[in-house]
Amino acid sequence: MTNSIGELEDAECILVIGSNTNENHPVVAARIKRAVRFRGANLIVADPRRQDLVKFAKLYLRQYPGTDIALINGMMHVIIRDNLYDAAYVAERTENFEALKQTVAAYTPERASQISGVPAADIEAAARLYAQARVASIVYCMGITQHTVGTDNVKTLANLAMLCGNVGVWGGGVNPLRGQNNVQGACDMGGLPNVFSGYQPVTDEAARKKMEAAWGVSSLPAWVGKTMTDMVPAIGAGEMKALYIIGENPALSDPDADHAIKAMQKLELLVVQDIFLTETGKLAHVVLPAATSYEKDGTFTNTERRVARVRRCVPPLPGCKPDWQIISELSTRMGYPMTYASPEEIFEEIRKVTPSYAGITYQRLEAGGIQWPCPTEEHPGTVFLHKDRFARGLGMFFPVEHKDPAEMPDADYPLYLTTGRLLYQYHTGTMSRRAPGLVEKAPECRVEMAAADAQRLGIADGDRVRVRSRRGEIIARAQISPKAVAGTVFIPFHFAEAAANKLTNAALDPVCRIPEYKVCAVQVQKA
Amino acid sequence: MAETTLTLNGQTVAFQPGQTILEVARGAGVEIPTLCWMKDTLPTGSCRVCVVEVEGARTLLPACATQAAANQVIMTESPRVAAARRMVLELALASGNHNCLICEANGECELQALAYRYQVPFPAFATPPDQPYYFEDNNSMIVRDFSKCIMCGRCVRGCCERQVNDAIAIGYRGSHNKIVAKADKTYIESDCVFCGECVQSCPVGALLDKNALGRGRAWERTPVRTTCPYCGVGCQLEVQVKDDRIVKISGADLEPNHGRLCVKGRFGWHYVHHPERLTTPLLRKNGELTPVSWEEALDFVAGRLKDLKEKYGPEQIGGWCSARITNEENYLMQKFMRAVIGTNHVDHCARL
Ligand code: SF4
Ligand code: SF4
Repeated sequence: MTNSIGELEDAECILVIGSNTNENHPVVAARIKRAVRFRGANLIVADPRRQDLVKFAKLYLRQYPGTDIALINGMMHVIIRDNLYDAAYVAERTENFEALKQTVAAYTPERASQISGVPAADIEAAARLYAQARVASIVYCMGITQHTVGTDNVKTLANLAMLCGNVGVWGGGVNPLRGQNNVQGACDMGGLPNVFSGYQPVTDEAARKKMEAAWGVSSLPAWVGKTMTDMVPAIGAGEMKALYIIGENPALSDPDADHAIKAMQKLELLVVQDIFLTETGKLAHVVLPAATSYEKDGTFTNTERRVARVRRCVPPLPGCKPDWQIISELSTRMGYPMTYASPEEIFEEIRKVTPSYAGITYQRLEAGGIQWPCPTEEHPGTVFLHKDRFARGLGMFFPVEHKDPAEMPDADYPLYLTTGRLLYQYHTGTMSRRAPGLVEKAPECRVEMAAADAQRLGIADGDRVRVRSRRGEIIARAQISPKAVAGTVFIPFHFAEAAANKLTNAALDPVCRIPEYKVCAVQVQKA
Repeated sequence: MAETTLTLNGQTVAFQPGQTILEVARGAGVEIPTLCWMKDTLPTGSCRVCVVEVEGARTLLPACATQAAANQVIMTESPRVAAARRMVLELALASGNHNCLICEANGECELQALAYRYQVPFPAFATPPDQPYYFEDNNSMIVRDFSKCIMCGRCVRGCCERQVNDAIAIGYRGSHNKIVAKADKTYIESDCVFCGECVQSCPVGALLDKNALGRGRAWERTPVRTTCPYCGVGCQLEVQVKDDRIVKISGADLEPNHGRLCVKGRFGWHYVHHPERLTTPLLRKNGELTPVSWEEALDFVAGRLKDLKEKYGPEQIGGWCSARITNEENYLMQKFMRAVIGTNHVDHCARL
């Protein structure tokens, strides 16, 4: 997030797009709902599903899956046409405005409406609500990124925010909500194919030299590695032979999961380190039992860049080890001794090589989390980014065009499928499906569909249905829900016995290699 | 902003216009007891425990709902105030079955603490009425025991103002009033989303975390502050531990959640103590995953990685970090893959 969760209560307008906040980030939703109820903020919700947050919205925009760019470009068209943008901000802090203007000129509300299905009048109204607020925030989630145009979707939101002077101000910003608890930290720490910790590129010789000196090694690889979503096909094609997985379950979470399982079976060595024997663990040559976060010390970094302590509450179950110990012992056996006595010692090393974390210490974290960048021990941390200038100096507008999703409904597969999470479950269910309360509220996979679709297909609430895509099929019970809109079905991906990712499309965004989980085409029949 | 002063228990105290007497007193380090007051919600002044004596005022005034005014002369513990508080507490104790001996809240109950502070005797007229109190135990997370409810309304404000879930309200006006979920149904049949805010808000033992029942009282548990393992909001938790087991989890009053949690953070911890947890390394032997020692498992992995690196080169080896392990562990994993194996095929599930 460019800004912080607490600032949401001070936004005058909040645009929530591609985020089912009430279920996926409930405590953020609480802040948004408080802004509406107690501070009179105007909430705009744009989502293919009529999710719970809509009850609090001044305006609900129901765009077809995969048409966010057209919708946002349409809003920008109105804002520029009616001179509602922040001209001073655009002049002083941004560049490439003319190109943006040219691109969005073609997105009249009528055309944007044709593509997105949102009435032109609503696009106009949304543009005015957003642009006329003193400060407005944009909140988004996987509904924006899990598309073949995910990168472009994010750019178009950044364009909108800069156009109205909402970046670098309290209560504004472009705010992605991270799905899993330490996704931010995994990225910050260099759990990516192209960067070391702190986003220092592996292709940068100076960065490599620095790491080589810190780690006491020579010739670190200078080539950019493959992303997860590219590793799986490479494994399938026999181009990679060994894989060491910590805490992931691709046999369930991967797009086109059947394909992922076949690929994993080709590996000469698959090591899976986890707290339970997952679907992926069952395919492994070696399974290593890890400790949960309640059983070890460390830090997590949340979606607003806040680094906070993880503390050992109970000892690890006998036989399990914290992941840092397992990695250390493995490394030592491979001839590179790692002899850290505690996670704090590792954190001290992280601080030395990662400028944005340099000022954070365990001692300081006793009083609560600190938001990076935090370059020195005297620095209070950074509540919102880009305050007086962007990292690159001027904020650059990157105009983008609408592109259809990789797969659209047709005569054979007439319905849109979109996937996501439920309030009561989490990811592949490894943790959440073991809590009696969560299971009681969400015991099984339900295919959420609109009454109109169900009626047409002769399906009653609770009926078993077969959902089929070009890649596979699953069987689950139907749930007729007012959240669903005719033409689109929704399936949560937590349930191994009805794995939604047998259906989804592995088509990737060309830049950030995120699969298009949020749109594919399916047919539904009574089973 | 213009500062003004008033007199609090004989001391001159400065305040900002708009502050309540309660806020001024707390700012000055003077503790005024409260029951129905709760942070981040609108004060209602309904419990009347926080009454104070203001010179010139005909009645005692609730400190939480009365604005401070210039030159007010306020007494927070005068005999008149203490008598009024004692009366309020006695009525609250008489309104239900407040048997502290077997109550879950014993030791952390705010009513109990105030009864002790003001030495309120157990009310002689407190006999259980003929009508049994409402009791609800039909879900696996929250128990509602209205024999303890003092109608302070904190659960309702927690639900509707702190979480804005709007699942409960005060129903049946007058002497029949009671906290009701939609249409007076049970929680599990209502719109309740089991965030548990109401449980955390309850100052007595009327709303209880079912998992914690009988598993230790306040003084037997150790609180540990940590970060929620589920979503990226990173709520700060206070984990109550006894005998190396998690008893229950509450929200800590820190950014970003300030006490709030969702159902996963509060009620989703059972996996930690689950019997299906892996507790021994497994190695595939004759096609079967077979329990082995750590020595054997780690030797095998190290040996195989070395062999495969030699045979195919580091470009054919990949490693996945994880959104579910700590920063320290992610850092170490990428260091291991890059410095020891020599590959940049490092990624994690940010994309999924
Ligand atoms: S658990 Fe949460 S949603 Fe349910 S009644 Fe309590 S506060 Fe409201
Ligand atoms: S309590 Fe809920 S909202 Fe908070 S971090 Fe955990 S899962 Fe996310």
